[in-house]
Amino acid sequence: MTDTLKTSDPASPDDPQRHDDAAGYYVPGEPLTGREHAPDGPLEERWSKRVFEARIVNPANRRKVSVIVVGTGLAGGSAAATLGEAGYQVKSFCYQDSPRRAHSIAAQGGINGAKNYKGDGDSVQRLFYDTIKGGDYRSRESNVYRLAEVSASIIDQCVAQGVPFAREYGGLLDNRSFGGVQVSRTFYARGQTGQQLLIGAYQALERQVGAGTVEMFTRHEMLELVVVDGRARGIIARDMVTGEIETHLADTVVLASGGYGNVFFLSTNAMGCNVTATWRAHRKGAYMANPCYTQIHPTCIPVSGAHQSKLTLMSESLRNDGRIWVPKDAKDADKDPREIPEDDRDYYLERIYPAFGNLVPRDIASRQAKNMCDEGRGVGPEVDGVRRGVYLDFADAIERLGRKAVESKYGNLFDMYARITGEDPYEVPMRIYPAVHYVMGGLWVDYDLQASIPGLFVAGEANFSDHGANRLGASALMQGLADGYFVLPNTIRDYLADSPFDKITEDHPAVVEARQAVQARIDHFMTTKGTRSVDSYHRELGNIMWEYCGMERTEDGLKKAIDLIRTLKDDFWRNVKVLGSADTVNQSLEKAGRVADFLELGELMCIDALNRRESCGGHFRAESQTEDGEALRHDDQYAYVAAWEWAGEGQAPVLHKEDLVYEFTEMKQRSYK
Amino acid sequence: MKFTLKIWRQDGPQDPGGIRTYELDEVSEDMSFLEMLDVLNEQLIAGDEEPIVFDHDCREGICGSCDLMINGEAHGPEVTTTCQLHMRSFHDGETITVEPWRATAFPVIKDLMVDRSAFDRIIASGGFVSVNTGAAPDAHATPVPKENADRAFDVATCIGCGACVAACPNGSASLFLGAKITHLGELPQGQAERDSRVAGMVAQHDHEGFGGCTNIGECTSACPKGIPLDVISQLNKDLRTAIKHGH
Ligand SMILES: Cc1cc2nc3c(=O)[nH]c(=O)nc-3n(C[C@H](O)[C@H](O)[C@H](O)COP(=O)(O)OP(=O)(O)OC[C@H]3O[C@@H](n4cnc5c(N)ncnc54)[C@H](O)[C@@H]3O)c2cc1C
Ligand code: SF4
Ligand code: FES
Repeated sequence: MTDTLKTSDPASPDDPQRHDDAAGYYVPGEPLTGREHAPDGPLEERWSKRVFEARIVNPANRRKVSVIVVGTGLAGGSAAATLGEAGYQVKSFCYQDSPRRAHSIAAQGGINGAKNYKGDGDSVQRLFYDTIKGGDYRSRESNVYRLAEVSASIIDQCVAQGVPFAREYGGLLDNRSFGGVQVSRTFYARGQTGQQLLIGAYQALERQVGAGTVEMFTRHEMLELVVVDGRARGIIARDMVTGEIETHLADTVVLASGGYGNVFFLSTNAMGCNVTATWRAHRKGAYMANPCYTQIHPTCIPVSGAHQSKLTLMSESLRNDGRIWVPKDAKDADKDPREIPEDDRDYYLERIYPAFGNLVPRDIASRQAKNMCDEGRGVGPEVDGVRRGVYLDFADAIERLGRKAVESKYGNLFDMYARITGEDPYEVPMRIYPAVHYVMGGLWVDYDLQASIPGLFVAGEANFSDHGANRLGASALMQGLADGYFVLPNTIRDYLADSPFDKITEDHPAVVEARQAVQARIDHFMTTKGTRSVDSYHRELGNIMWEYCGMERTEDGLKKAIDLIRTLKDDFWRNVKVLGSADTVNQSLEKAGRVADFLELGELMCIDALNRRESCGGHFRAESQTEDGEALRHDDQYAYVAAWEWAGEGQAPVLHKEDLVYEFTEMKQRSYK
Repeated sequence: MKFTLKIWRQDGPQDPGGIRTYELDEVSEDMSFLEMLDVLNEQLIAGDEEPIVFDHDCREGICGSCDLMINGEAHGPEVTTTCQLHMRSFHDGETITVEPWRATAFPVIKDLMVDRSAFDRIIASGGFVSVNTGAAPDAHATPVPKENADRAFDVATCIGCGACVAACPNGSASLFLGAKITHLGELPQGQAERDSRVAGMVAQHDHEGFGGCTNIGECTSACPKGIPLDVISQLNKDLRTAIKHGH
């Protein structure tokens, strides 16, 4: 590993200092400190200091203090339950028919917790360090340390709720090592960890619903944030059954609305995952941070045809025993793989990265798979003229370990694969391809998880979070629950200590304006009577994003993407076709609103990616690589959080930079060769 | 592949609704059942007909949103969720009938979408462990024998889809109830509230208009997660004990 601080020689043409790729696409703004509410002093004392210093709302007054929580995933469900227990008046919202269906339910692998139950040398310090390093030195030390610190309490809380984690014969909790770390700190419930954790949070939430502290609004979609006198004071939501536009006012608003990976149309996210809640807040003044940071997961089931609606993830653990290859010669692409002799196969990861082989990090495995397919050596069905798949072959593993052992390790994944593809992976090599899986970007928050709009708090995948430019496996579940159970309930009280705020009513001009804006947008969609379906726009946007703002990004590509998105957006507003009426269930109307916001987000993601002329974490800029094609970071230029401010319709966004100061860790360039 | 689709269309709760017939061509066997409906919906939109409303979200068989009655079977011919069903499970040229879940406690909202909020109200009536955030002891304080932990997990995999109710001639949610009672009943953490939990949840179940169990077993054969029938025995056992204890 080498120190990067000297990697950019000012005389070199690659010197990022000579570039301002996004010039003309943005306006420079005031720097941000990011240190609001963040105590200083020794790292390990900061969180307890903040917990102590954050003021407390008198228990007798809490019933008079109202909180809106949008989202019932791990972050929102746990936050609403905990705030309800504390005695606040909580309103909780989700777009599904039940809070238990939030997308957190789909997480498979596990959740990290620095318990050191295995006695293998794990500690808060080590989890902190792994997360900072995994994030490629683009996250805040204080936040990450706090995350590691509360991780152990999460496990305690979940066990007490009855989450059935895997156990050993002695009755104690089992752990596994996950995502290439050297310690076993991942707690899991077979391949359904997210489901079990979410059911725990959901039951805690329903308990509060039963107790009357939380009022639940299912099948409700937040369509606007209400900001009064500079503070977040409520939301406008649509009842997705009756179509009614409702106003909900409160002392504070928490957004825990998940990630926006669906901007790519195809992703491992649930179909309804969207950016609307956070994007509407962004348009009202909340900064959007590092929107281009996207995580692409290497082991998903490839696209089978133009009808494809979503992609399915298979656990990364498959790479422990499966070998990844493509034919050496493109002519073999449609041959039966079993008939391609050993000599004609290219085990490209083992060839390029002999030390790590098939276990290189997610982004490298993903990018190389794309490179192979771009070279024409991909396998599987041709979709739009390209075969997008590589083999993940278990023939050697079956020979070495026996079919039984492979079955017991990966049986459920093999079954899932067989069900979806109709092929038997014990007989024919699996085909895999990368897919968008997680976004590290999100609304900018300070140490208290408060956005740049006072009174607006953001938790879970919706905030730009603690993962820097890349997230470690099993850390999103940890962060969602850390935010919801432990961080937010402790920080939000400091804000609420000044409440109750001025009473506002539904006829306040700012409220009326927000409601009218929502109504106008709906009216527009209902009366456009265009010729193209909403999905067709979404698919086209997804293709643009995947092609130019996916695994590998270039200046030219991103500029082209911005043009394409702008043209598509114009056409969308003039030509989208939404049938039916707005005062009943109307799934096209719901999607139209989401796609409208994705179109704007997509443009900002490209501008952010264009500005960041460095490769770091999951972000790979072709212009910034080492001689042998590896990612090259530029700490002297880009060790900052890019926080974007909405400047108005058709205006270039304003870039605020928050410098990342590393006091306790040394920034290192990663190397997997 | 080519299909004739007979699909339930209903404008709203008050509309009597009825079956409409559609023809769909060029279906690939690799499509999921819901992708097939997506394609049909695109075809409807192109012809200025309102698309069919149905619930779905994860499309991975885990969120429990999707819920279609296909040829009279909850989630169709395979033991899986509707979203994980693929067109290769049907014959080319087949006629497929698609209807919503039918149960008093699950009123139809529109087309194939029903209201399953009764399940949430059942959970709110006792399907939890009362432990406030921050009040938990160390996770290793109470070992749990592996058999109990595994059994708790097996039944905790219920996704709340409601297929058991839709398949039951009595419209009973006993399998769903039994799964939760067994999940929490297997664990030491669930003991303190064992009696009040079962009493509260069963009362709510009956109040919602779900029917009683007459041991037919259709629920368990329709359940995409293989929740076994014996959770209902556990439910009844726990209920008897609770009544004995004065609940
Ligand atoms: C297939 C898959 C596997 C994964 N596996 C792992 C893993 O093993 N380990 C790990 O740590 N992480 C994993 N992740 C990542 C992790 O699951 C997510 O990052 C995390 O669960 C997000 O939780 P959340 O609470 O922030 O949001 P979500 O769970 O996405 O919840 C969002 C909530 O917001 C609501 N909502 C959204 N928009 C609106 C709106 N406009 N109005 C009203 N409500 C709205 C939704 O209804 C929902 O309730 C995985 C992700 C995927 C996709
Ligand atoms: S018991 Fe089975 S069928 Fe019933 S709700 Fe649960 S998963 Fe669905
Ligand atoms: S859509 Fe989630 S289970 Fe089918």
